[in-house]
Amino acid sequence: MTMTIHVDIVSAEAEIFSGLAEVVYAPAVQGEVGVMPRHTPFLSPLKPGEVRVHLGPNQEESFYISGGMLEVQPHLVTVLADTALRAKDIDEAAALEAKQRAEKMLADRNAEIDYSRAHAELAEAMAQLQALDRLRKIKQVR
Amino acid sequence: MASGKEIRTKIASIKNTQKITRAMEMVAASKMRKAQDRMQKSRPYAEKINRVIGHLAQAHPEYKHAYMLDREVKNVGVIVISSDRGLCGGLNTNLFKTALTSLRKWQQEIGTDRKINICTVGSKAAGFFRRYGGNVVAQATHLGDNPTLEDLIGLIKVMLDAYNDGEIDKLFLVSNDFVNTMTQKPEVKQLLPIQPTEQDKQETHHWDYLYEPSAPEVLEMLLMRYIESLIYQGLVENIACEQAARMVAMKSASDNAGNLIEELQLAYNKARQAAITQEISEIVGGAAAV
Repeated sequence: MTMTIHVDIVSAEAEIFSGLAEVVYAPAVQGEVGVMPRHTPFLSPLKPGEVRVHLGPNQEESFYISGGMLEVQPHLVTVLADTALRAKDIDEAAALEAKQRAEKMLADRNAEIDYSRAHAELAEAMAQLQALDRLRKIKQVR
Repeated sequence: MASGKEIRTKIASIKNTQKITRAMEMVAASKMRKAQDRMQKSRPYAEKINRVIGHLAQAHPEYKHAYMLDREVKNVGVIVISSDRGLCGGLNTNLFKTALTSLRKWQQEIGTDRKINICTVGSKAAGFFRRYGGNVVAQATHLGDNPTLEDLIGLIKVMLDAYNDGEIDKLFLVSNDFVNTMTQKPEVKQLLPIQPTEQDKQETHHWDYLYEPSAPEVLEMLLMRYIESLIYQGLVENIACEQAARMVAMKSASDNAGNLIEELQLAYNKARQAAITQEISEIVGGAAAV
């Protein structure tokens, strides 16, 4: 029997996947990683993309995530998926907003913030399209 | 004694109030169920990130993030989560009482010359600290029944930045704990520095993670998400508390209205009977005089 590794994929709003897999592919920030059983402990942020869970021969499930964290233990993979769009500038803008609300100030929003938001949205949309493309190809092969 | 007509209008007005409170009770009951569902749904994430943090505490990392290190406490920050709307019994009042007790205690510890940074979620907390005074540095209101993490990110970042800049050395969360429908308990939790739980302290062999791209960056992101998930969880739980408290408060309001109507009805009947008796005795008296 082949070795398996336990995989948990969760987002703040729901549990997405939980089960055993042979290999897990995840889009880490420095390139896609494939995790097999007995992998060394590993921590990395994830970028928008798809997490593919290889369950067995010709059995694969894929999930689209918009970023998050990956934790690997020798027999356990945890994917903490983000539900919100994250980028440093957006966070800062949100922080600014919260402060402004407290100060009851009404200032015009920065054009730069909109730009960074658009950029993050674009990256997410592209990753979504790629994931769709791949799904289509898999279907054609079958 | 009040005249019959007066009592009648009073009864009608109380009946109207009772209709409203009964409707609110039913709305709150259905919203509470949904809020509880959401609470359940957000739980797996909290559990998993807790586990990861647990692993991290067991590991022997070369790099320790500032969020995990205790330092001398010169000032503290606190996030108070309240509801947006009232009419939910003593929920918010109890919460503010607990918050004030803790605030006074911290104020004594750090001395009176420093101001505690306060962060409010929900309009009730915002209103309370506007009246009470206090250094409110950020606030979020009108989050609705279905809040998203996005609504909180800004506010959390204000507090984390304050922690990073050394403006605060400890961060607390004050929110309601959902025990059951009848009971909600205001609680004060320490968010920063992160305190490892007892089971996390077990001694194991020495190991550390591989970090990609680098330990400080990865830990920063992970711990930020951990704090966010704790606060989000607190908010979702507080909404369930709000609905439960409202349901109970409105139920007792409807019951009280019922009792009041009964009493007034009795008074009305008595007044009517007295009027009739008086009329009869007047007629009899008149007839006797003739």
